[in-house]
Amino acid sequence: MMWLASPSLDSRVLGWSFFDGTAGAGPQLTADPPYASGVAALVDGWRMLQMSPLIPPTPGHERDTSFLKHEFVFERIVDLADDATSDPRFVARVETLGH
Amino acid sequence: MDDVPLLTTDQMASFVARGYLRLDRVVPQEINAQAMEELPGLFRAWVDEFRGVTFGAGDEPDAASEARLPRSGTVLHDAYAPESAFGRMVRVPTIAGAIASLVGTDPVVDHHFVHTKTAGDLHAQGLHCDAIIDEGPAFDIQLFWFPHDVAPREGGTRFVPGSHLRRVNMDDVARYHHLAGEQYFSGDAGTVVIFHQGLWHAGAPNHGSRDRVMGKLRLNPTRPQVRLWDTSDLAPRNRSDDHMFARMEPGMVAATLRNSEPWYEPSVHRLETVNRSKLWRYLTADDGFDVDWYLTRTERRAALVTP
Repeated sequence: MMWLASPSLDSRVLGWSFFDGTAGAGPQLTADPPYASGVAALVDGWRMLQMSPLIPPTPGHERDTSFLKHEFVFERIVDLADDATSDPRFVARVETLGH
Repeated sequence: MDDVPLLTTDQMASFVARGYLRLDRVVPQEINAQAMEELPGLFRAWVDEFRGVTFGAGDEPDAASEARLPRSGTVLHDAYAPESAFGRMVRVPTIAGAIASLVGTDPVVDHHFVHTKTAGDLHAQGLHCDAIIDEGPAFDIQLFWFPHDVAPREGGTRFVPGSHLRRVNMDDVARYHHLAGEQYFSGDAGTVVIFHQGLWHAGAPNHGSRDRVMGKLRLNPTRPQVRLWDTSDLAPRNRSDDHMFARMEPGMVAATLRNSEPWYEPSVHRLETVNRSKLWRYLTADDGFDVDWYLTRTERRAALVTP
């Protein structure tokens, strides 16, 4: 997930989170932030699943600030080698996730 | 309390803009050492209280636990024995002055809590603000007291400057794992960081080899928080017409209040500026104060319209 400076996908990354469905066996993100913009993530092979809708301010609360406004969700499917998923460290990590 | 050093206008403006104030190495080492002895016991006292009341497994609170766990609403001066670690910490002149400047000389204790992050505990707590969505502009403060040195990556609290005025509820912001400009506390023993109640924060992984101990104390004001700091330089620095697209003067409070944070969306930064101006109006009892004319122009237009 990435939060951008504006609703435009090519704007600057303000924040990010990485939820790893491979339990550490797949490629990891190391740079902070991992990409400079949402478009840069697309270029690197991520598919965008969702972006925040543009919702008019609630009357009476036009100047309230709350969550980051421009949230973008990305996904990437990776193939894991058999030896990666049979690695005891992988099995142990999956166990801690309550699988 | 005339003998304690009050906060400066610059410190107050920074607190309004960023939601925290950091006081490095202000608690003497002797008091820090005492805290390292007492704070774990304070945590155990709370555990006993919680288990006893919740599960019926404990005895009635005795006088000793009453003294260690003050009831919410106790005046700070009476809440802790003067010779106790917390009692001595809040009487350190720099700390007492900061408390007096932010919530007055007679705040009451909301609660304290001792947070221990054991060595090797790599759990990253979800980002949150304490309590619920607290209505402003009056605010509580929370003192985060680190009685021992905390090196980088040794469990120093994670916090997000400038998050205090965003209206969120508890850990509804836990999704944000990395935000530009966020900080992880590290510093010397005796450092106290004072948070506005709304500041987003979280317990951080401790990659070090020693437990990290932190005492947190939440205080509620009992009087309007108006001009409680050293305001001797306020008047000439408090222009309400300082406007970044018109005329700006050096040294104005407005210059601090318009600062952005690296994680702010540019559009939301303007709203943050407005909300900081409203908080500054409360603190100064000056309903005409403004930064960059955002409030003034809309208020003047609204006054032209007949209801």
